[in-house]
Amino acid sequence: MAIVFQRPKSLAEVNMHYCPGCTHGIIHRLIAETIDELEIEGKTVGIAPVGCSVRAYDYFNCDMVQAAHGRAPAVATGLKRARPDNIIFTYQGDGDLAAIGMAETVHAATRGENITVIFVNNAIYGMTGGQMAPTSLPGQVTQTSPYGRDVRAAGYPIRVCELLSTLDGVTLAQRVAVDCVKNVRIAKKAIKKAFENQVNGLGYSIVEVISSCPTNWGLAPNEALEWLRGNMLPYYPLGVYKDLSIDKSTDKSAEGGM
Amino acid sequence: MAEKVLMKGNEALAEAAICAGCRHFFGYPITPQTELAAYMAKVMPKIGGTYLQAESEIAAINMVLGASAAGVRAMTSSSSPGISLKSEGISYMAGSDLPGLIINVQRGGPGLGGIQPSQSDYWQATKATGHGDFQILVFAPSTIQEMIDLVFTAFDLGDKYRMPAMILLDGMLGQMMEPVVLPEKGKISLTEKPWAADGHGFKRQHNIINSLYLDPALLERTNIQRFERYAAIKETEQRCEEYCTEDADLVVVAFGASSRICRNAIVAARAQGIKAGILRPITLWPFPTDAILQLAQTAKAFLAVEMSMGQMVEDVKLAVNGAKPVRFYGRTGGIIPSPSEVLEQIKTIAGGM
Amino acid sequence: MRPDLNLLLAGFGGQGLLFGGKVVAYSGLIEGREISWLPSYGPEMRGGTANCSVCISDEPIGSPLVLTPNALIVMNLPSLDKFIDTVVPGGIVIIDSTMISKKVNRSDVSVFYVPATKLCEDNDLKGLANIVLIGKLFKSLAHCSEEALDKAIIKSVPASKKDLIDLNRRALKLGIDFE
Repeated sequence: MAIVFQRPKSLAEVNMHYCPGCTHGIIHRLIAETIDELEIEGKTVGIAPVGCSVRAYDYFNCDMVQAAHGRAPAVATGLKRARPDNIIFTYQGDGDLAAIGMAETVHAATRGENITVIFVNNAIYGMTGGQMAPTSLPGQVTQTSPYGRDVRAAGYPIRVCELLSTLDGVTLAQRVAVDCVKNVRIAKKAIKKAFENQVNGLGYSIVEVISSCPTNWGLAPNEALEWLRGNMLPYYPLGVYKDLSIDKSTDKSAEGGM
Repeated sequence: MAEKVLMKGNEALAEAAICAGCRHFFGYPITPQTELAAYMAKVMPKIGGTYLQAESEIAAINMVLGASAAGVRAMTSSSSPGISLKSEGISYMAGSDLPGLIINVQRGGPGLGGIQPSQSDYWQATKATGHGDFQILVFAPSTIQEMIDLVFTAFDLGDKYRMPAMILLDGMLGQMMEPVVLPEKGKISLTEKPWAADGHGFKRQHNIINSLYLDPALLERTNIQRFERYAAIKETEQRCEEYCTEDADLVVVAFGASSRICRNAIVAARAQGIKAGILRPITLWPFPTDAILQLAQTAKAFLAVEMSMGQMVEDVKLAVNGAKPVRFYGRTGGIIPSPSEVLEQIKTIAGGM
Repeated sequence: MRPDLNLLLAGFGGQGLLFGGKVVAYSGLIEGREISWLPSYGPEMRGGTANCSVCISDEPIGSPLVLTPNALIVMNLPSLDKFIDTVVPGGIVIIDSTMISKKVNRSDVSVFYVPATKLCEDNDLKGLANIVLIGKLFKSLAHCSEEALDKAIIKSVPASKKDLIDLNRRALKLGIDFE
């Protein structure tokens, strides 16, 4: 009988520690499928962040580096500059990428570092137990916004793809979700493109994945996905915010032909 | 012999690092180390290396971490306030057993402090370059030639022991020029780094560079093993230079710029019949405890001279272990002590022995 | 045997004091002696006061910071006021008298008033007053051979500005010949 579905080779055969209903597992799988399909496991180095996915280094079979909170883009820069032929990806949550690591994020993007950034936005700090994130929605109740995020005191959520798409160094900025099969397929395509861009030397690509956190949102997994669709997607519209992949590959082949 | 050239300390450090095989420099501008970065910016692009001006000191040290994780020789340089920012990354490097060279051209502190020479980051360098149980190698050159030599040593020992290494100098040594002989290019043998995260190529198990240990027993075991390595380093890597110590009643202990000033004072003291000598630590970690303890058998007193409120003096006291009195003289805030001030201290102490 | 030199050059930023110091340092290096060169640094680089310490000796240099010079070259009044009392008895003081009209009130040092800036203006050597004063230093101290000083000029001038070598030589001669 033909095998039609199995664990990607670059995804380690271990049980993940993620909570039931968490979408990290799906996103890990999409990355691993991409690594397999592009046949780059042997030259890929992933960077685990601080946050729920801190132990991502145990879940991929490629070489992995664990970075300090927010510093993954800087670590990625070092890895990539040292070994330009390797494929470097960071896997970061919203606190890591958009709060403590915002400077590293913006500057790696504006330098056009030829790296791939997978940004998991679930509007909350998961690992520390549900505190307000830079992407928590106005009015969202968290442990540290117990009366709902008051934008007069805590400011507004950051829309990362919109922000980064203003930078000349960015090649691809796309926001996707993994709440349903259709969106998972779109997410897979985006992640694959983000890796392909790097393989083709096209520069900085970021895929923002709108994700759920049933545990810290206090919702059952299916309710969490409903909440995501009803609250997060209106604030964080899905779509491609910037894509120079085609323009840049045309430029590149033109250069090559000269 | 190769021709002697005049070189600024900061530039000599940069050239030495390049000669030692470093092709990856990540930094952020700060006085008084900027010539080092400027030299790298000029040379690295011409030799296929990387000079990258990072968005912050924090980013710069994490870029060093990344490049070092990939298995290459990488470095950063800064001055005191910038080193504070790098301390996070240095701790992660130590916890991940990664080498990497950090240069601190010290200036007066705390806070923004000043920009004139200082040695007030001794504690930071030797005791607490970041959070957690760890040490880094710390070297304190006193001439520009020695800076060049110690860049090689720092890279070599850092690779050998898989730990960060710091060259601790100050604005005076960074800014001054002296004649130096540059090392011959292409005469280095780099250590194999089978642990590097440089792509497994399906030829080995995948490597993980990590400082996270959620199991306390495993973290304790890892720390104990690291400290066993530190113990071996303390046994074998202590370095110092002694001058006029054989018959010295008074031994001055000073490193870097202040050791040069003390040398003048020692010469003057000897001319006045005072039996003074100097022990100059070259490694600040490991501290040359053994040599000091040895001198404690023959000397009557010790005097630590520093450009700080008194930091290294504590390690001198620990080494002497109460056997002989240990005095301190220092200037701080960017003031360089004069040889005559030190001579006065020597005379006062000698008078009371 | 040549004398030890503990030279302090002081004046405004932009008067070429650091370059002048480098020429003197190279003159010692070329004769195989121990030398050091230490600039002041910081905001004063940008137009304020600047100074530079140069030591030449047959012994290893201890402190490169010259606190008690045996030779002082000054190119502005604030520097003369600041450093004149630090010169050791028997030392020499060389003053750009175009820039400083004040006279030194010490009898235990040899003072030379050289209108270096004016000499340069008269001889189309603008900006080389520093080198004129070094010519005078050489004439009064003979801290190195004339050949070493010439080589030092060649060493110090950047490779991209070779045409400046002859101008520097002429400025040096103006200082040596000035009585």
